[in-house]
Amino acid sequence: MSVRSTARSVRAMLRIGFLDAIAYRGETIVWMLSTTMPLVMFLLWSAAADGKPIGRYGAGELHASFLAAFVVRQLGGSWAAWQINMEVRDGTLGMRLLRPVNPIVHYAIEQAAHVPVRAFFSMPVALLFFALDPLIHAPKEPLLLVLFPISVLGAWALSFLMNVIVGALAFFIEQSVKLMDVYTALFFVFSGYMVPLDLFPEPVRVVLDYLPFRYQMGLSVELLTGALSPAVALRLVVQQWVMVALVTLVAHLVFRRGVRHFEAYGG
Amino acid sequence: MISVESLGKTFRVQKRPPGLLAGVKALFHREYTTVEAARDVSFRIEDGERVGFLGPNGAGKTTTLKMLAGLLQPSAGRATVGGLEPFRRSEAFLASITLVLGQKQQLVWDLPPQETFELNRAIYGVSLADFRKTTAELVELLEIGEQIKRPTRQLSLGERMKCELACALIHRPKYLFLDEPTIGLDVNMQETIRTFIRGYNEQYGATLMLTSHYMADVTALCPRIILIDKGSIAFDGELSELMSKGRTDKRVRFSLSREVPAAELRAVGNLVEHGAAEATFEVQKDAVSALVAHALQVLPVRDLSVTDPPLEEIMRAWFAKEPSAEPAPEPA
Repeated sequence: MSVRSTARSVRAMLRIGFLDAIAYRGETIVWMLSTTMPLVMFLLWSAAADGKPIGRYGAGELHASFLAAFVVRQLGGSWAAWQINMEVRDGTLGMRLLRPVNPIVHYAIEQAAHVPVRAFFSMPVALLFFALDPLIHAPKEPLLLVLFPISVLGAWALSFLMNVIVGALAFFIEQSVKLMDVYTALFFVFSGYMVPLDLFPEPVRVVLDYLPFRYQMGLSVELLTGALSPAVALRLVVQQWVMVALVTLVAHLVFRRGVRHFEAYGG
Repeated sequence: MISVESLGKTFRVQKRPPGLLAGVKALFHREYTTVEAARDVSFRIEDGERVGFLGPNGAGKTTTLKMLAGLLQPSAGRATVGGLEPFRRSEAFLASITLVLGQKQQLVWDLPPQETFELNRAIYGVSLADFRKTTAELVELLEIGEQIKRPTRQLSLGERMKCELACALIHRPKYLFLDEPTIGLDVNMQETIRTFIRGYNEQYGATLMLTSHYMADVTALCPRIILIDKGSIAFDGELSELMSKGRTDKRVRFSLSREVPAAELRAVGNLVEHGAAEATFEVQKDAVSALVAHALQVLPVRDLSVTDPPLEEIMRAWFAKEPSAEPAPEPA
């Protein structure tokens, strides 16, 4: 597919994705509620701390960390694996393959179009928490604030691409969403979504630097809460984007190989 | 031109007998079998032709169409459409074809079809002027002015099918692969779609390959027929040739000036159908004149016509032949 044909259709694909995302108002709000785990964790960890610090986390750090996790999950999450799995299984993917647009790009734009909708509903909630909680403070280091949106974009890209890889396994196995469930469980534990990453033992933290989970969530949380020095933050963001590049390549290869395997089930 | 040479496609399919025990067994040991969906399929279709691609369920029709549309990679052989290899799915190739699958849709389910039309306009790079002109034509011909403004999920099957067809033609493809485009539609709607497809073919010189279980689609649209059975080509020729090949019988239909009891009609010949003031007889070709002469004497005949048996019947007889689908030889 040419870059030209893809570029000229980005706006139209974004528009369709956005309109599709807002087609069901009720469903959107219910779905949003299902992603409020960090707010629940916020309460749980606060109760567990009982006023005493856990590791480096006092009440203020815990509050800031889980509020940031909520924000990053809304802006950096992707759920493409379920869509890809379904389209491969029922053959609808065939209709997508007939169009002169790279299907991964098409999925990416459709998924990206959902982000503003999620932001519209979730950011007021986050801002309200931020305004009402005296223990949460805005980060003071300007570089971290500059790196934050870059890291959220990287988090979204990684999240989407991991979804593509796992979703595309539906070309080879019957139900790739089961694998996505496993991946999501690992993500919950090792990304900083449910447990701040600093609370893991040092050897685990070293391993996590080479896995995608931290870059899908924890890094952006650490930037927003001012938990990193500028030098470390910069290094980690670079590492994140190197990982994005590698995972892009893997996603492309897996999907391309999968399409060769595509049997266009269901007539 | 569509050129297909020794095209083949095999699928590896898991064998799993029904039942709980078999299901549990399959957890530990899986057996697979290879299904040959298409085997040594060869044909050529010139630009502008309308070809009916027929066969029983599972014969390999849809598999072949999907290979020609670039969705499936052939296991053997070669195919080109307009000189381009389908599975490479080049931009030029994808812009020149469309595939309409009666049971799959490209319309976005929760949005009005008009939105998907706009999306296709952008994707295929259709100019706004061309888009407006084409859409206006399609909307008028298919009578979908109101339907394209309602969410797809709220449309009836027939309305959706018409919108699917319009959506598939926004970029004015040169090659149309239509798989059961009239499935589930009422007779009027089927006729509308047939008229539309024929008009599109004539106006733009587009090449059409059609599969359908409705023989009326085929007889109305396709002067040429390719039959496929068990993955292989069983017949390739003119519709008229198919209608007469291997058949030595004709149908003689009489319009009568009054109702005649069935018993009296049966005395005239092999009655296959009768109504209030009409009767149809099956008769061997060389006995047509004798039957007509006799009927004119004993029945109150107002009008008569001699035709081939319906295509449905020819197809049924053709595919009932085992083990080979070869037609019976013509009588000497």
